[in-house]
Amino acid sequence: MTALRNEQGPYFGEYGGRYMPESLIAAIDEITAAYEASKSDPVFRDELAELHRTYTGRPSIITEVPRFAEHAGGARIILKREDLNHTGSHKINNVLGQALLTKRLGKTRIIAETGAGQHGVATATAAALFGLECTIFMGEVDTQRQALNVARMRLLGAEVVSVTTGSRTLKDAINEAYREWVTSVETTNYVFGTAAGPHPFPAMVRDFQKIIGEEARQQVLELTGQLPDAVVACVGGGSNAIGIFHAFLDDPGVRLFGFEAAGDGVDTDRHAASIERGRPGVLHGARSYLLQDEDGQTIESHSISAGLDYPGVGPEHAWLSDIGRATYLPATDTEAMEALRLLSRTEGIIPAIESAHALAGAMRLGHELGPDAVILVNLSGRGDKDVATAGRWFDLFDEGARQE
Amino acid sequence: MITTAPTVASIIAARKAAGHGTFVAYLPVGFPDLATSIDAAVALAENGADILELGVPYSDPVMDGLVIQQATQHALAQGFRLRDVFTAVEAIRARVDIPVLVMTYWNPVMQYGVDRFADALVSAGGSGLITPDITPDSAADWIATSDRTGLDRVFLAAPTSTDARLAQTVQATRGFVYAVSTMGITGLRIDVDAAARTLVSRLEKAGSEINCVGIGISNADQVHQVLQYADGAIVGTALVKALADGGIDKLAQTAAALASGTSLD
Repeated sequence: MTALRNEQGPYFGEYGGRYMPESLIAAIDEITAAYEASKSDPVFRDELAELHRTYTGRPSIITEVPRFAEHAGGARIILKREDLNHTGSHKINNVLGQALLTKRLGKTRIIAETGAGQHGVATATAAALFGLECTIFMGEVDTQRQALNVARMRLLGAEVVSVTTGSRTLKDAINEAYREWVTSVETTNYVFGTAAGPHPFPAMVRDFQKIIGEEARQQVLELTGQLPDAVVACVGGGSNAIGIFHAFLDDPGVRLFGFEAAGDGVDTDRHAASIERGRPGVLHGARSYLLQDEDGQTIESHSISAGLDYPGVGPEHAWLSDIGRATYLPATDTEAMEALRLLSRTEGIIPAIESAHALAGAMRLGHELGPDAVILVNLSGRGDKDVATAGRWFDLFDEGARQE
Repeated sequence: MITTAPTVASIIAARKAAGHGTFVAYLPVGFPDLATSIDAAVALAENGADILELGVPYSDPVMDGLVIQQATQHALAQGFRLRDVFTAVEAIRARVDIPVLVMTYWNPVMQYGVDRFADALVSAGGSGLITPDITPDSAADWIATSDRTGLDRVFLAAPTSTDARLAQTVQATRGFVYAVSTMGITGLRIDVDAAARTLVSRLEKAGSEINCVGIGISNADQVHQVLQYADGAIVGTALVKALADGGIDKLAQTAAALASGTSLD
């Protein structure tokens, strides 16, 4: 049997591909070639490894959280601390790789979409580090609910474009970034933030993120003497999830769980559970599960977490779901926010709302798997950006108080 | 009873024989509403358009500029359904004898069923599809279906396309090759790129017999200029803007003005 870890695209089963306008094919071919060349290039590998060590702060640590685990059926719960990376999430792993490729392509400007702003902040950071121009596209709804990250990107020297078309969230930010890319492709590289989009992005973003699982697999072995029974991550487009899953794909004893944002609940019309409630279709260049109506019009997703508020999902996840290698389950806004508060109070770690969906999932799994289970959770980002949202959700602000 | 439409290729050849280039006119179905969009398309045909390109409103139109985005978003908000496309094609073909191509992003066709969509389009009297967000190497099912039904399939070529890809596109295309004039999305531009002339000449070298240029063409002078080297000029945004600003009267005037640029004298 072929190892699951060897899948390189463009197709993962019947998912993936490259459904794109001809105007962008040359640029995509160019990235594909640069990426393929970089794989066997020790100079590239060393340069990226050095950045991980001296700039991002890799390897990220793991932290066992027993006080939190008391609320999860007593299972051992171990967090992979991507929240401790420079810029506050796993997004930097991929961005540094793609920024290095941009330099190799001789391009002087990078553009990116962002939902929660974490990928935008990471991209703006890499642009500052490498001396590249940078424009970030962000839906107007997200620029409002993640205003702090907008300011961070501007502080880093990036231009932030608020996208006012369509649903004014992540999917429309991607549409607008594609439009800008078509217009400026000679000077500009598109640093795509998640393991979705046309080939080679799903495979390339995964390869830049798989360091998460490679480190964590070794770290859990050293700590516990065994592989985890379950690996858990939140899934929007799915880059942090595929990043931590990948190292375990060929370990049959390790169960993989992705938690999609269920918003108000998957039985309402306000959720972002593409695998749970979508059906296969093409969006943003790849065939995958998609929230869409009978006519193939994309349905707007909803989640309290801007980073998971996306109606599609990466094609490798669609495939892993179909073949039964990974299980995808929903977690609601309420469950995620309760998990966020619980981790904050029991362990002194404030997670990103995105990552809190994985924590909510781990609490549920802990009760199912029992006290002997070892559960590895990808804590993909920190919650600093979400304090305003949490403050409103839990009514934490003093009446009339304003920070001047 | 709808008669069989003259083919896209035969219209372009007839225009050429008469000393004219071809004017391809775009409007989205359902803007500002279904009935008006049908009347508007008929008005185009009666005011000098040689071929109609009917756009399918889609939630994620990555190749469209703001004017067309706003029109198609309006149509979706008004409750546009995919089946309205066939209603529109049939109604237009009952009133004017002009080939109608449907311009559509791919997911709606895929969800409707490629064969089912093609059969419905044939029944309605449509001539084929223009597919802006797929390329021949991702379109095996559409190529098979269009071979079965005889529908035209218009693929796009870009200034950045390699010679090998141009050859593949020319090979796969039937009707005309849609030469993208400039690196960008739909919208008005002051100068239609010199890149268009180079691209058409490269397409000819790759064996293409019929080439139409689109994106950025908005007045009769630009139509005239493009038709010096291309078989057809495709206009969208300028027409959508006219319809949005001044209704069918303004649209008819704009179309007639654009058509005045097609004489090759």
